[in-house]
Amino acid sequence: MSNRTPPAELVAGPAVPGVAKINPILIADKVSRHFGGLMAVEVDHLEIPRGAITALIGPNGAGKTTFFNLLTGFDKPNTGTWKFGGKNLAHMPAFRVSRLGMVRTFQLTKALGRLTVLENMLLGAKEQGGENLFVALIRPFWRKREDAITERAMALLTKFKLDTKSEDYAASLSGGQRKLLEMARALMSEPEMVMLDEPMAGVNPALTQSLLHHILDLKAEGMTVLFVEHDMHMVNEIADWVIVMAEGRIVAEGPPGVVMNDPAVIDAYLGAHHDTDLGTLTGQMEIAEGMESALVKHEIEDEIEAGQETGIDVDPSTEHPEPGARTTESKGDDK
Amino acid sequence: MDYNFIPLSFGELFSPTTAAYALATIGLAVHFGFTGLLNFGQAGFMAIGGYAFAITSVKWQWPLYGSVLATIVAATIFALILGIPTLRLRADYLSIVTIAAAEIIRLSVKTPEFSSITGGSEGINGAGATFNATNPLPEGSFGFGVLTYTSEQWWLRIVGWTVVGIALLLVFLLIRSPWGRVIRGIREDEDAVRSLGKNVYSYKMQALVLGGVFGGLAGAMFILPRSLQPDNYGTQLTFFLYTILLLGGAATVFGPVIGSIIFWVTLSLSDGLLSLGVNAQVIPITAIQQGPIRFVIVGVALMILVIFRPQGISGKKKDAQFSV
Ligand SMILES: Nc1ncnc2c1ncn2[C@@H]1O[C@H](COP(=O)(O)OP(=O)(O)O)[C@@H](O)[C@H]1O
Ligand SMILES: [Mg+2]
Repeated sequence: MSNRTPPAELVAGPAVPGVAKINPILIADKVSRHFGGLMAVEVDHLEIPRGAITALIGPNGAGKTTFFNLLTGFDKPNTGTWKFGGKNLAHMPAFRVSRLGMVRTFQLTKALGRLTVLENMLLGAKEQGGENLFVALIRPFWRKREDAITERAMALLTKFKLDTKSEDYAASLSGGQRKLLEMARALMSEPEMVMLDEPMAGVNPALTQSLLHHILDLKAEGMTVLFVEHDMHMVNEIADWVIVMAEGRIVAEGPPGVVMNDPAVIDAYLGAHHDTDLGTLTGQMEIAEGMESALVKHEIEDEIEAGQETGIDVDPSTEHPEPGARTTESKGDDK
Repeated sequence: MDYNFIPLSFGELFSPTTAAYALATIGLAVHFGFTGLLNFGQAGFMAIGGYAFAITSVKWQWPLYGSVLATIVAATIFALILGIPTLRLRADYLSIVTIAAAEIIRLSVKTPEFSSITGGSEGINGAGATFNATNPLPEGSFGFGVLTYTSEQWWLRIVGWTVVGIALLLVFLLIRSPWGRVIRGIREDEDAVRSLGKNVYSYKMQALVLGGVFGGLAGAMFILPRSLQPDNYGTQLTFFLYTILLLGGAATVFGPVIGSIIFWVTLSLSDGLLSLGVNAQVIPITAIQQGPIRFVIVGVALMILVIFRPQGISGKKKDAQFSV
């Protein structure tokens, strides 16, 4: 895709693990975390380029999620320091990291089920004085801000094709829609950097394309994106820079085209999954077929149908909620 | 045969005890229904409030406003003591600590070492005196039939339900505010709320204090018309409050009032009906068994409700639909 930042604008030297960036937004040093005897993360030095899309890839269990948790204050490292925009983040609680402008999403989607889609969005906004216990009691104090953030929320929901669902409980959304909601919600605070943990996982191919476009839009708006993804083809489509993790360490980094042909990377992948072809575009469907698991296939098919609901590439007239959400009762009942 | 129990039961509708239970349950709704905090020690908050009120007003002869203030301060301190070590941990720690703390309170006040202040297992009498002294109503009795109350009884009902009304208004305003949105978000998934830049620990603490203060005030209200008895604050009290909460609907503002009314009217009605049956020898139980059987009836009612209307009497169906 177009508008890719050329490697020469990101790094000065050769693309080796831990290479210095010309304009880094995040710099991590000696960050390690072990669980018992298992070294889950052991990152010696890492820099994330500002204003670019960086993909963090690696086989399952490589430590990508743990590394995300450490950087965002959701887990405490055994050693290490890291700086975001020059500010030291080590020992900072997660909510402060988020307030500084580094907002994350989760691998296992965390939509707030019994809040409406719109309420989910409003919760993402900053500087709502009404979130103070005493101010909350007097509506005129927070009404204006509420109107402003509602407007922003509806604009984002429209962009993510969730505007028609704004009054529905988030629990009634399909898995893919919840991923979209979580991403849109993270954008409510106008962060400087968004960290997406497997934004594409469990999302049907139709929705994947629009997700990729949303991520490209973030960059166009000046945000820095760091995202975790398994699938090299998707990474190849949008990433400016790729960092490869295996067994807790950074084993390679570089522009996508170079990293994909790096023997160390292929080794890291093949070491973990002998049966997986590196970079299968429609990987989910093929794995489902490979496993011959009726259940998995069924779920993916449901995802695809649910995606049609949002009107991406297809007619939005069908109503078919995800089987995971317990939406057996008819809608509008007791509303 | 005496059918007076029927109007008497409906007198429970607006009795001060119903009001006190409703207020304590409003506190529990803030904790459990809206924030998702599993407080199993609301009886402890009531005990703390009751003792703070009774000790300051009876033993130390503080004026009424001083005792009310002491009640609020004591409940706040109790909430902080319980919350500071547990609210950073997983949800189950709070439930274990609160259930234990409530029992510690109940057993401690009964020990002879403290009985010069707490009255030991006898409790404290006459905590209502400073409150009754504020009664502006004329002497005498008003009402009709069996629902005739003295001037003091009326004053207690008026003030008790006014306090419940104020608590309802506060909770109503808070829950539909951005503060309430954060609180309800925490109930759903606190990590998600943290990732959005909210200080989850602080919000959980605020909710624990707010609901605890309602519990403390309910404890004080409960002993205005009666003596303070330590054994009234056992674990079963907390479970009565949970019964009321679930009857009315856990995540609703008015549920606690509806639940409390149903709870007390049902108890009182079933008591009357059982008396009739026992006296006429239609029901083969003794008068002593009658008391516990009432609770069996309430328990069965709760089971039926949970099966057919899991969101409670006043809850929205959708709230119970997603067990996420
Ligand atoms: N809380 C935990 N306790 C023990 N082991 C963990 C914990 N979290 C992650 N791990 C282990 O750490 C390793 C890295 O996990 P993770 O960061 O989730 O990998 P990835 O996201 O790259 O798939 C795995 O071996 C995993 O089993
Ligand atoms: Mg992961």
